[in-house]
Parts: sequence; C-alpha cells; structure tokens
Amino acid sequence: MAKRKNRGRRHPLASAALLILGLAAVGGGYTVVSEAADASAPAPAASQLTAEDGQRLYMANCATCHGVEAVGTKNGPTLIGVGAASVNFQVMTGRMPLAFQGPQADQRNPQFTQEQSDAMGEYIQTLGAGPDKPDEEWLDTSATGVDIANGAELFRINCAMCHNVAGAGGALTEGKFAPNLHDIDGAHIYEAMLTGPQNMPVFNDNNISPEEKRDVIAYLHYLDESPSVGGWDLGSLGPVSEGLFIWTLGLGSIVALTVWLTSRPN
Amino acid sequence: MTATQAARKQSLTSKASNYLDERTSISGAVSFLGRKIFPDHWSFMLGEVALYSFVAILISGTFLTFFFDPSMTHVPYEGSYVPLKGIGMSVAYHSALDISFDIRGGLLMRQVHHWSALLFVASIGLHMLRVFFTGAYRKPREINWVIGFLLFILAMAEGFTGYSLPDDLLSGNGLAIINGMVKGIPLIGTWISYFFFGGLFPGTAIVPRLYILHIMLLPAILIASLGLHMLLLIINKHTQFAGPGRTKGNVVGSPIMPVFAAKAGGFFFLVFGAIMLIASLVTINPIWNYGPYDPSPVSAGTQPDWYIGFADGALRLVPPGWEVELFGYTLTIAILAPMAVMGVFLVLVAFWPFIEAWITGDKREHHMADRPRNNPTRTAIGAAGIIFYAVMWAAASSDLMATHFSLNVFYVIHVLQALLILGPIIGFWLTKRIAIGLQKKDREMVLHGFESGRIVRKPGGEFIEVHQPVDEYERWRLTSFDAYEPTKERPNSAGRITAGTKIRGSLSRWFFEDRITPVTKSELEQSKHDH
Ligand code: HEC
Ligand code: HEC
Repeated sequence: MAKRKNRGRRHPLASAALLILGLAAVGGGYTVVSEAADASAPAPAASQLTAEDGQRLYMANCATCHGVEAVGTKNGPTLIGVGAASVNFQVMTGRMPLAFQGPQADQRNPQFTQEQSDAMGEYIQTLGAGPDKPDEEWLDTSATGVDIANGAELFRINCAMCHNVAGAGGALTEGKFAPNLHDIDGAHIYEAMLTGPQNMPVFNDNNISPEEKRDVIAYLHYLDESPSVGGWDLGSLGPVSEGLFIWTLGLGSIVALTVWLTSRPN
Repeated sequence: MTATQAARKQSLTSKASNYLDERTSISGAVSFLGRKIFPDHWSFMLGEVALYSFVAILISGTFLTFFFDPSMTHVPYEGSYVPLKGIGMSVAYHSALDISFDIRGGLLMRQVHHWSALLFVASIGLHMLRVFFTGAYRKPREINWVIGFLLFILAMAEGFTGYSLPDDLLSGNGLAIINGMVKGIPLIGTWISYFFFGGLFPGTAIVPRLYILHIMLLPAILIASLGLHMLLLIINKHTQFAGPGRTKGNVVGSPIMPVFAAKAGGFFFLVFGAIMLIASLVTINPIWNYGPYDPSPVSAGTQPDWYIGFADGALRLVPPGWEVELFGYTLTIAILAPMAVMGVFLVLVAFWPFIEAWITGDKREHHMADRPRNNPTRTAIGAAGIIFYAVMWAAASSDLMATHFSLNVFYVIHVLQALLILGPIIGFWLTKRIAIGLQKKDREMVLHGFESGRIVRKPGGEFIEVHQPVDEYERWRLTSFDAYEPTKERPNSAGRITAGTKIRGSLSRWFFEDRITPVTKSELEQSKHDH
C-alpha cells in the first residue's frame, strides 16, 4: 500500500529487551525509593548521661508542647506515666519532637542519640513510672523456643487488619495510616505493642506475653530477611498492584507486540 | 533425494490425506478455513491474545489439578515454609502451599495460571472495547457480541471461583463479602446463602463445590461458547477499516493459510513467552503471607482480583446508613443499590447491539469497521461507560490511594462518588466534541488538502500557504462512512404515534442531531474548482 509512514521492523529481540529493561527499571526504581525512605542516620555514641541531662534535653526540646514537668499543654499530651518505652519509641523512630501538627506524627530521621533519648526516658520515668524499655532477652529472636509460626499467627490475628498481612501498611480513618513494618528495630516493635502509639491499640503483657511479642518480632524480621520467593513482590499490596501491573506492563507490552507484528516491512 | 523417492513421498502424504478426507470430508473445511482472511490492524489481534492466554490457563491449570486437593479436612502444616510450621489448616490450603514450595515448577505454574487469568480477562475487556468503538457488533454480528459478553462473564466467574480455592485468608474474605451480598437480597438471601455454602458460612462444602465449578462446569461452558464464538467469526468474517479495494463484500488482509497461520503461530509463542516472563519474575497472590482462612482476622488491603474490583468499589461508594425497614424486614439498600446499578450496567452492555439498532432503525448489514470519530455519540457513550466502570474500579483501591498519596480515605471516597455521577457526563460531552472536531478536520483535509508548509508569494504580493490535496487512498479512508439521520416519527398503521416511537425518535435525535456528513462527490468537485 502506498504512502505509509516508514515503520521499519525492529530487531526481533528489541521488544523482549525493552520489556526486560522496563521491568528492571521499575523494580530498581522501587527498591531505591523504598530503601531511601527507610534509611536512618546512625547516632554517634556519647558518654553516659543521667536523668538530669534528660531533664535539660526535655526542657529544651519537648516542654513547649508537653509542658514543664510533662503535665501537657494544648499542643501535646501529658507524658506522666507513659514510661521510658514510649519515649524511646517516639524519639528513636523519629516521631518526636513533632515536626508539625497533622493527622499523625510524621517520621523523620531521629533527632537524638540513643543516650540522649535514654536520659529523657529516665527523666520521664522519675515523674511517674510507666512501662520501661524491653529487656534484651525479649529482643533476642535467635533464642531457643522462639516460634516464628506462632508470631505469624499472632500477627495475622492482632495486627494484619491495620498493617496488612505482609506488614505493607494500610489506611485508617481521617488521613491516619498504619505504617509499613519493614526493617524496624526489634525494640521499637516491642515498644509499639507495649505503648500503642496514636491509633494503635496497646497490647500489654496480658494480651500478648513478652515471649509472644518476641515471636512477632521474629516473624517480622523473617519477612525482612527472606527474599520474596515468587519474584518481585509489587510492594506486597495484594490484588490491586497485580491488576495495575497486568494492565500497564503486561497488556502494554503485548499490545506493543501486536502493533509490531501488524506493521509492514518496508 | 531422487525424483522417484519424492514422488513416492508425495503419494504417501496424498494417500494419507485422501484416507482422512474420505472418512471425514475435512478438505472442504480446511480449504474454507485456509481462505479465511484476517485483517491487519493491530487491534484485531486482541481477541487472539485472549485466546492464547486461555490456552496458557488450560495448560497450567491442568498441571495444578494434579496436585491440588480441595478437601477441607483440618491438618497441621508440614511443608517447608517456616512461618506456617505446625499451624492448623485445610488440606486445600496445604496442597496449594505444597504446590508453591514443595513441588518442582509448582510455583511457576501457579503464577502462570494466575497471571494468564488476569491477562485473559483484561484482553477480553480490551477486545470488547475495540469491537464497541468500531461498531463491529452491528448486524450480522449481534449474536456474536452477546456470546462474547457471555465469555467475559464466564471468565470472571472462572476467576472468582479460582480465587476462592486456596482457602487462604484472602479468598475466605472474598467469600465472606459474597456471602454478605447474597444475604442482602430480601426474603430469599439467607436461603440462597445456606444452599450455596451447604449450611452456615463458611462451612466445609464451599471449596469442593467451587472446585467442581472451576474445573468442570465453567470450563465446559466456556469452551463451548468459545467454539461458537470462533465459528460465527469465521461465518461472518472480520470487519475491516475502509480503504481502497475494501468493500462490504470482501475482507482485505492475509489469508489464514499460510501467511496468517505463520504469524498467528508466532504470535501465540510471543504471548506465551510474555506470560512466562511475567510469571517467572513477578509474584502473584503470595498465599503463604495470608495464612489459613479464619473468619476473625481481616487484612488491610483485602481486595478481589481486578475484574471483580468494580463490584467491590460499587459497595464502597455507597454512602453510610442506606437501610430501610419495611414490614419488619430490613432492606439493605447499601447492598441492593450497587447490585442493581451493576446489573443494569451489564444488561446495557450485553444488549447494546439491539438497543442501538432499535434507535437507529438500521436493518442493513455492516461489514466495515467504523472509525470511532465517525459515530460521535456512540464513541461518547463508550467513553462515559469506561469512566463509570473505571470510577467503581478505582474505588476498590480507595484505601491504597489514601495511604500512597497521603490522603484521607473519606475524602477519596467523596471525590469518587462525585466522579461516578459527573465523570461520565463530562466524559460524554468532551468525547463527543472531540470526535466531531476530528470529523471536521477530516472534512477540511479532503476538501482543501493538508498544509504543506510551503509558503508562496503571489505576483500581487500576497503570501499563501500551498495546500496539498490528500491522495486517493487517504480520501477513501476519510470519506467512506455512514451518516445517520434522526429517525422520523411516523404514525403506525392505526395512524397513531405510539409512546415507543416517540421515545425512539427523541433518542435518535439525541444520537444524531449533531453530525458531520461525509464529503460528497459534488462537494469534492466544487472544492477542486476553487483551487
Ligand atoms: C510540636 C509539639 C511537640 C513537641 C516539640 C514534642 N511533642 Fe511529643 N507529642 C506531641 C503530640 C501532639 C503528641 C500526641 C500525638 C502523637 O502521639 O503523635 C505527642 C506524643 C508524645 C509521646 C507519646 C505519649 C503517649 O501517650 O505514649 C511521647 C513519649 C512524646 N510525645 C515525647 C516527646 C519528647 C521526648 C519530645 C522532645 C524530644 C517531644 N515529645 C516533643 C507533640 C510534641
Ligand atoms: C488499629 C490499628 C492497628 C493495629 C491493630 C496495630 N497497629 Fe501498629 N500501628 C498503628 C498505627 C496507626 C501506627 C502509627 C503510629 C504513629 O505513627 O504514631 C502503628 C505503628 C506501629 C509500629 C511502628 C512502625 C514504625 O514505622 O515505626 C509498629 C512496629 C507496629 N505498629 C507494630 C504493630 C504490631 C506488632 C501489631 C500487632 C500486635 C500492631 N502494630 C497492631 C495501627 C495499628
């Protein structure tokens, strides 16, 4: 047929190469982005600090919202009795000091070293005792008797409705959300269960015993360490990301093939 | 090879084919098929994509039936996936896990099966859109449209029954939603649910029952309908886009034998290769994450596969509190309304060819594919339908949109609710305007040629841009289409204009009031004189 645009036939492998390239680019991009989001700066070690140092740090950084002696203001709740566990969780996951008022505390890189945070925790404990940071024993997931399968089951029953079965996170009401649980320090997982930040319920030791908490940590860390067996996991978001994939990359590449097949050699 | 040897060989094959032909009279069919012509626009290959992914589904599915056991007997897990060790589960889930972890090639086959199922339904959808927008469902192909629609529904049913088989948390949650919907039907809902689940939900009967549907009944109906679909396709032949030498009586393209058969064979392997590539690189439905089904936990991000998403979305879009009490019965409008809306939508799709034929009053046969712009109202209706479907579909992932774009879920739902109503209206209007604009441009091109970019100064000092006339092929493409006019409201034999005629008249006016007619011969002559 006359007067057709010169659509030369591409090399037979071009489409396959393109497809692989596309997959690699998307996969690579995703990994980079998710890793960048998880990165947190290691805090430099400092010498032993005391509760007095903690009070000083508290007055300088937290009192504007939580008030002198942690009695609370209209900008922040009282911290009397929340315990060192809560302080450690809030400060060392980068939630406190609060960056700005929003539906949910934003996470940044931690602003304090572990020692500074511990000192503030000690100070808060002196105002009214609350749950303390977990013992090392409950964080050691290689100990005998740790049962990953039990942790997985506890997680599905108690946590998956908010955090998704694979810990990929999920939406809550009013712009709040349950964050994804990849690569989270064992102590912070433990403290999250113990103190129930924000909309998360408290799982005290009667609900989920320390041994069971350790199993949950072991399961979450198992997910972090084991590669996805089926290949790229599409963010573990379930059927939505699968549908999106088949309609874009999947059907897209096949339509590209049909266009290529029906184009004429010049 | 010597000449005699060749001759002997020849006679062997011809003997064999004679043998076959005398007993089956197959040669007629072969030469009939061999002369069948396949048009060469890419969009005509989408149906084939569906066909080939169906073959992939059949092959991988057969593999899966060797190892899957739908029994609901409760057993502790003894396979090799650590986080489930010792957990109690049904044999069905256990065997699905074994396929994934302990049977060589099993995970790949599971992923091939599931990915090709998604691709199957997606390519059917796209194929239907192609048929819709080119008007290829008009007489004599209306019946084949309906069969195709049936295939689409069957494909979704296959997908849904398959989704429920592994008996993991995700599939159980899907069934729980269906159970809720069934129970929402007034009076008979509870009984249907009892019947369906063989007692109280979830029970132990449902998975074996769905399995029988999934591997026997539905595939049998599907394959029979598919055969009929292809048969009618061969009898009716393909539609084609207008072009020189292409008439209502022929189809221009490659004959099936040998050119198209070679291409199609190659294409089959390309589609298959793409599916294999995807299945080996990308996870689909990691059932081991979900754990065994248990009615209490629900995971965030519990969604159906994409093709059921529109139903899930429709449920999510209902404003809270839609419930009324009538004579002591609670009517759950929140479930009935979306079911009715979806039902009406599907019925409209299924019977569209007849609806359109009634409105246009067109009883002629059509073998030329319309360019979408040349039937602006139909194209606009299609666009509105796509938007309507897409909004419901998007609503199924409202929670993920909220977390991934840091939005409030309620806000997302409200926006989608508004879009469900406004989107199709705006889409309709916009598409119609664009289509008519494109038609005007085509007319302009035929009458005055296209701008060549060459500026010429006339002796009088005036500058003009030279317009180059389009060549004959292009002109053919641009001018051959049907222009409908609104039907006249004629009185019937009793001398009255019935209400039906009036409705039809106003629908027809709505359809064809704004229209651009194709360029006629005399107009063309006229324009030649002008230049
Ligand atoms: C800009 C105001 C603001 C500043 C500054 C701030 N906080 Fe908070 N903090 C809040 C608000 C609001 C909440 C409650 C909402 C939440 O948990 O996100 C909160 C919650 C907390 C909680 C959890 C209380 C509980 O019930 O468990 C702890 C612990 C905490 N803050 C510690 C600190 C520490 C330590 C600092 C200083 C390093 C600090 N905050 C600085 C506003 C602030
Ligand atoms: C009702 C919903 C809900 C449930 C159930 C729930 N969480 Fe959470 N979880 C949240 C929310 C909301 C946050 C974010 C809190 C914040 O940002 O202050 C959170 C935060 C966390 C974090 C901190 C993540 C981070 O990025 O620092 C961990 C760890 C965690 N949850 C673990 C668990 C575990 C383990 C369970 C089950 C035992 C569980 N959660 C159950 C809602 C929930």
